[in-house]
Amino acid sequence: MLKTDGLTKRYGRHTVVDNLSIECGAGEVLGFLGPNGAGKSTTMKMLTGFVAPSAGTASICGHDVRTETRAAQARLGYLPEGAPLYAEMTPRSFLDFIADVRGLAGDTRRRRLGEVIERLHLEPVLGQTIDTLSKGFKRRVGLAQAILHDPDVLILDEPTDGLDPNQKHEVRELIRSMAADKLIVISTHILEEVGAVCTRAMIIADGRLLVDDTPDNLAARGDGSLDRVFRDVTLAGIPLAGEDAA
Amino acid sequence: MNMVRAIFRRELASYFATPVAYVFIVIFLMLTGTFTFYLGGFFERGQADLRPFFNWHPWLYLFLVPAITMRLWAEERKAGTVELLMTLPVTPLQAVLGKFLAAWAFTGIALVLTFPIWVTVNYLGNPDNGVILAAYIGSLLMAGGFLAIGSCVSAFTRNQVIAFIIAVVVCFGFLLAGFPLVLDVFAAWAPQALVDAIASLSFLTHFADISRGVIDLRDLVYFALVIGTFLYANTIVLGWKQAD
Repeated sequence: MLKTDGLTKRYGRHTVVDNLSIECGAGEVLGFLGPNGAGKSTTMKMLTGFVAPSAGTASICGHDVRTETRAAQARLGYLPEGAPLYAEMTPRSFLDFIADVRGLAGDTRRRRLGEVIERLHLEPVLGQTIDTLSKGFKRRVGLAQAILHDPDVLILDEPTDGLDPNQKHEVRELIRSMAADKLIVISTHILEEVGAVCTRAMIIADGRLLVDDTPDNLAARGDGSLDRVFRDVTLAGIPLAGEDAA
Repeated sequence: MNMVRAIFRRELASYFATPVAYVFIVIFLMLTGTFTFYLGGFFERGQADLRPFFNWHPWLYLFLVPAITMRLWAEERKAGTVELLMTLPVTPLQAVLGKFLAAWAFTGIALVLTFPIWVTVNYLGNPDNGVILAAYIGSLLMAGGFLAIGSCVSAFTRNQVIAFIIAVVVCFGFLLAGFPLVLDVFAAWAPQALVDAIASLSFLTHFADISRGVIDLRDLVYFALVIGTFLYANTIVLGWKQAD
């Protein structure tokens, strides 16, 4: 469902994503792990067609993100880092706009809007401007927007960043509940999250894919500690950049 | 077309969801009124027409239109929502058109709200309403040209102040393209053909024709070309910004 081949992004002489080739299918929850600045967000921006790769290709459900951008984008839902939203809108008008763009109409539209609003508990704030919402609600509106059209591929950039423990738990529950028939890609630097929701973990540092394994195997490698594997792998790759990563 | 309509509706609603729309409309109406009656000598002229009203439009648009367009893309970039918008299955052209048409419709609303001045002149005398209608059309077309320029400029930056100032400068250049202030810069070194070409780009001369009641196909084509060119450039700028 998601395939990249030699995906690379350079800014000037600096290589942010270096020759990344991955392939994954439905039912997987893929966790991108890595220190800040490792290239996780840039990879996601390329997968969603927002940033053009310098080299290599990426495709979503068989649609190349450069040549068939609209078809690829129609199949995926995306939560950008920090969940940017139109601050002056209300969640209701915002979700209506997303439904328009996603081409949802009639019964399907009503059903999907109802489901998503219920699932993310947005009912109490539907008429409030997004500007005035708490961080947790804003994130939930961002998630609602991403899953509204029931996409095959869901790409979530740090979906739990900045949320309190209860909200984190809720978002993880949501991810787990949707995992069966979708491919979900999340990026995070919170290691416990990987063990909690992911079926597959990739550690990226300095733009390179260093480890691709199941969370259990990873933990076994570090004597039961994901922290240790993360430090071993990322610090060996780049001596200075990993200090605050774990 | 559905995408353009969805973006158009969202944009237009967002003007009225913030004080921007109301501030703009009130200021626009106040300024057109003041300029017409005081600086334009509406009563003193003793003529039943709206020349003193329309003569000020290019100069009002010079500052007010960039104030509308500065946020179009710069704000999206600053807030990060451009990433949301451009990862929805929307082409850059659809996004550009939706935003431009919303801004144009908004300017049209402000223009329609100047109707009391039309009522006034009809109450006081017997103006040629055909000329007035033509001038309104010309004014709307000119606003479209300014809006397209401003929208394109806004796509270059995430800073709204920069977007505003650059748009004012570019619009000023287009406004006065037929006048010595701009032409002298080129006359010294450029071939006469180029100088003539630049002179023919002036918003003021094309607007002057229409506001006299003469709707010439050349003037319509001119404004359509300005709008088309800058909106096309706008989509290209968006593409560049995505490549880096």
